[in-house]
Amino acid sequence: MAETEFAPWDDPDQKPLIRFRNVTKRFGEFTAIDDLTLDIFEKEFFALLGPSGCGKTTMMRMLAGFENLTAGTIELEGSDIARVPPNKRAVNMMFQSYALFPHLTVWDNIAFGLRRESSDKAIIAARVEEMLKLTRLEKFARRKPHQISGGQRQRVALARSLAKAPKLLLLDEPMGALDAKLREATQFELMDIQEKTGTTFVIVTHDQEEAMTVASRIAVMDEGRVMQVSTPDRIYEAPVSIYVADFIGDVNIFSGRILTTGDVYELGFAEGQPTVHAASEKPLSEGQQAHLAVRPEKVAIHTEKPEGVDNLLEGKVLDIAYLGNLSTYHVELADGQVIKAQTANTRRLSRRSITWEDPVWISWTKTAGVLLDK
Amino acid sequence: MRRAFLIAVPFVWLLALFLIPFAVVFKISLSDIALAIPPYTPTAKDGIWNMLSQLDFENFIFLTTDNLYWRAYVSSLQIAFFSTLFTLCVGYPMAYAMARAPEQWRPTLLMLVILPFWTSFLIRVYAWVGILSGEGFLNQFLLWIGVISTPLTILNTNTAVYIGIVYTYLPFMILPIYAALDRLDGSLIEAAEDLGCSRLKAFWLVTIPLSRNGIIAGCFLVFIPALGEFVIPSLLGGSGTLMIGKILFEEFFSNRDWPVASAVAVILLLILIVPIVLFQRNEQRQAEAEK
Repeated sequence: MAETEFAPWDDPDQKPLIRFRNVTKRFGEFTAIDDLTLDIFEKEFFALLGPSGCGKTTMMRMLAGFENLTAGTIELEGSDIARVPPNKRAVNMMFQSYALFPHLTVWDNIAFGLRRESSDKAIIAARVEEMLKLTRLEKFARRKPHQISGGQRQRVALARSLAKAPKLLLLDEPMGALDAKLREATQFELMDIQEKTGTTFVIVTHDQEEAMTVASRIAVMDEGRVMQVSTPDRIYEAPVSIYVADFIGDVNIFSGRILTTGDVYELGFAEGQPTVHAASEKPLSEGQQAHLAVRPEKVAIHTEKPEGVDNLLEGKVLDIAYLGNLSTYHVELADGQVIKAQTANTRRLSRRSITWEDPVWISWTKTAGVLLDK
Repeated sequence: MRRAFLIAVPFVWLLALFLIPFAVVFKISLSDIALAIPPYTPTAKDGIWNMLSQLDFENFIFLTTDNLYWRAYVSSLQIAFFSTLFTLCVGYPMAYAMARAPEQWRPTLLMLVILPFWTSFLIRVYAWVGILSGEGFLNQFLLWIGVISTPLTILNTNTAVYIGIVYTYLPFMILPIYAALDRLDGSLIEAAEDLGCSRLKAFWLVTIPLSRNGIIAGCFLVFIPALGEFVIPSLLGGSGTLMIGKILFEEFFSNRDWPVASAVAVILLLILIVPIVLFQRNEQRQAEAEK
């Protein structure tokens, strides 16, 4: 049986779990969230991605009920939750600092929320044990937060916020305090837990790699606005603006004017340089200001002039960044612009044919880049 | 060598300023009253062995025969206990408000709490006489706004003593509680609310337990000096206010009965030290069990 792809956002019959409608939040003069409209669906792993101060944490705190809205509404399962206090919402939050109660054991921390809604000891105990098992913390149940490691604390925080089986789990930079190796393992663990419990997760992060790894959809934010909401591959391959293209991964931008239109657009980006060509889903008009965004891994580098390529530029190697599995070549064009080209190091370094100051050609296909108008 | 020196400093301090004076007081409490200078016998002049052989517990037995003493102890404990409780009730909200105040206000608020220390303690207690007396500010104000028709008798009652103690020792309660609340991570309260607690419940389940050490420290700092308090009951209290500090003063200066005064002091010290030592041992045991 072929599994149908999980994409409720493309299905007009699906009702969103969370609905932000024209939400605005101001702190005095400062506008943290500016007229934001956004839908989040059930069972989604939704990432709010952006630099610090972009409003992503404010959005999460509004969902949890810690911040009031200045204007607009937030709906959870179709009903407005603006007047519902945090302790009455079917939403739980995993805090960036974990906010574990230092005076309680791991067991009591996880049971904390359950004790507020039920007094049946057997039910609470069963649920706590289930959570301990889910997060592999059985051995640490009797310890206090200061007696366990950072990674374990993170899992306690997750178990505690999941214990009440919330409709929506909010994760505020959940891996901010973990080291790189542990972070990677935890990301997969988190996805696994999300799948097992079927809970809708909303994660706030400034780490684009983390967002790409875990999320089903990403909202890229800047200055209180959502710049683009889409799946990780669409965000990466088809950004809607230079801001998004630049925020996610590395990118080369050629800015200029459209010279000719048609199936393939021709863009002149610098005096004395050949024009570049690209196909575009978005119609653009002749003479219009436009930008071509090309990812470095889609740019090929050659020591000899290749034939029959869509785009070809000449330059010399300015710098080589050796990353182990990859090498990024910084190629300086005659007009001074530096283009990044990335190749996989499938051969040993000693056999590498390109070195500093070498004259090289770089090329990419007409479908490799994305034409942007902003 | 350095370490030994550092450890030695507090021990020498304790030895010179607590243990040796205590030994002297304890020795006097075992002596007999005499018309001499110093006003007790035997002294070291009689020779060490001769002196030691003449010591006895007569004064302690005397304390049990006259019920004035144990009534004074009980009354002191009662006054100290309730003043500590009142101070906590007044001090905790103040400390809480200070810890929750905007960052830029906190140094000012802290300063305001400490400011009264810059005036003499005696003057501040005397000021209360002016406020609480029959023709004092409080009565005049209450008469003026028409709440009462005859002046209230507050001065020279236990109420005045409570007011004086709460007022005087309030900073000692506020400061340790403030220190504990200031360290409290605000996200813990949010986490408690997020997990289903009302504001009040979150306060009870998170804020109170996490400020426990501050509360304990504050209560000790108020209870201990309040128990032996002399100035406040003698200035604000009446003839009916029975406190061990006053008895101590009378025995020492009015009766010149140093041995009995010393015995009273020794018992007072035991009343304070024994529960505190037991409490701390219990705390230590709990901390060890957690490791």
